[in-house]
Amino acid sequence: MRKIAVISYGLTKVEKHWKKSLRELFGEAAKSAMEDARVPGIDALIVGNMCASDLSDQNNIGGLLADYIGISPCPAYRVEAACASGGAAILAGYSAVASGMSDIVMVGGVEKLSDGVANNTTLSLGKAADADYELFFGSSFVSLNALMMNHYMQTYHTPREVFADFAVLMHKNGARNPYAQLPFEISRETVMNSDRIADPITLYDCAPVGDGAAALILCPLEDAPKYSDSYVEISGIAGATDTIDIASRPDILSLNSTVVAADKAYKMAKLTPRDVDIAEIHDTFTITGVLSIEDLGFCEKGKFAKLLDEHAFEPGGAVTINPSGGLKSRGHPVGATGAYQVAEIAMQLLGNAGKMQVPDSEIGLTQNIGGSGSSSFVSILRRAK
Amino acid sequence: MSVPRYWREIPERTRFEGAKCKKCGHVIYPPRGRCDKCGSFEFTPYKLPDRGKLLSFTVVRSPPKGFERLSPYILGIVELEDGTRMTSQITDVNHKDVSIGMSLEAVFRKITEDGDAGIIQYALKFRPAFR
Repeated sequence: MRKIAVISYGLTKVEKHWKKSLRELFGEAAKSAMEDARVPGIDALIVGNMCASDLSDQNNIGGLLADYIGISPCPAYRVEAACASGGAAILAGYSAVASGMSDIVMVGGVEKLSDGVANNTTLSLGKAADADYELFFGSSFVSLNALMMNHYMQTYHTPREVFADFAVLMHKNGARNPYAQLPFEISRETVMNSDRIADPITLYDCAPVGDGAAALILCPLEDAPKYSDSYVEISGIAGATDTIDIASRPDILSLNSTVVAADKAYKMAKLTPRDVDIAEIHDTFTITGVLSIEDLGFCEKGKFAKLLDEHAFEPGGAVTINPSGGLKSRGHPVGATGAYQVAEIAMQLLGNAGKMQVPDSEIGLTQNIGGSGSSSFVSILRRAK
Repeated sequence: MSVPRYWREIPERTRFEGAKCKKCGHVIYPPRGRCDKCGSFEFTPYKLPDRGKLLSFTVVRSPPKGFERLSPYILGIVELEDGTRMTSQITDVNHKDVSIGMSLEAVFRKITEDGDAGIIQYALKFRPAFR
């Protein structure tokens, strides 16, 4: 298998882009990625997206986007793994280049949630859950995560304030991110006093609804210097699944898909969680962030509160979590989120992160979750030697 | 919801049928194509117990389409007497009186309806057990 590099990336700011369509958004990210790489052409496009068929009345977006960005007739298709669609697209692109099937592949994601009318968006996102056994009973994406949060608080005797403090940290980071949807700081009270969505989750425990697109160009590591002066290596990458409904899991507080994917990615990169300097993790809700940090091996199960209090997840701590502000503050353009994460880690490793820069970062990790943990994709990036 | 889908799901929605592995007896709910204990592909219908206890719950205040009328309502994970778990609504109780670990029993209820002329969907919810 060939080694793979990320040779360029392009992002849009995450926000409600009222004036831009699905194709225009992806076009903006793709243009920026193509301008930064001296590639002769693109051999394939693999794009992550979850809600276009529900909210933009559009399927078949591979062909649509390849045409729009001017790379037809190369093969192009969409992959869907709910919120992990972007991570799935990256794994598919990695496999295509590593196998030798393609040399230069564009991967990424796009999401246009602001075209949803009323609670169609809630319903569309809710479809990440089991339609017959969860959604049928009136569950939503938020309420399923609330079931995990309530159980966590009871099991580990964790005060609700701990989750609020995690949101505060994410906003502190995101306030420095020019691409963030909510680039401002908040207080513990902001979270505690915000609207109740599904107890104990309040509005400021949740990632905001927004639009965004991200594109990355992958090529074999040995060819990277030809096309780019600044590239990073993907030294480990893996995906895994778990039961789609939460109730079937032996422990509803363990995201087994993350445990398995992370373990495989660490082994592939010949690294352990202790080697990771920075991580972009999937905090759709504060509870999702907490479970992810634990299941990636950055923290013992149930010990999150103690480590947060010791500043373990900030620059100077064991691992800097979400220097971008994470889903909470950067935002969560669903099918694009996994691609944002990889772009953000690449930015950090290349020293291009501006005000977000975490000094001396050599190894970074991304973790992208679909549904309430039914899919996870983990990748490990390192500064190219 | 389509008519065939509603009809197809009647055994589990109304009679609370799950699946039991023919080979090792493991109970699977929701039913799956293959037993996660022994790998067998053969199952027989199995009547799930209609009593259990509450593993976790939430009060839904921002409902998905079709559930606006009920909001706020309680969603929970119920651990049945045989250890099987399922997601359902908790009903006939004020959310202030709900607690993790409380005893519950299944009760047949309306879930939602598809507009003014569509199917009315029924299934089992759970309420505090009387005994």
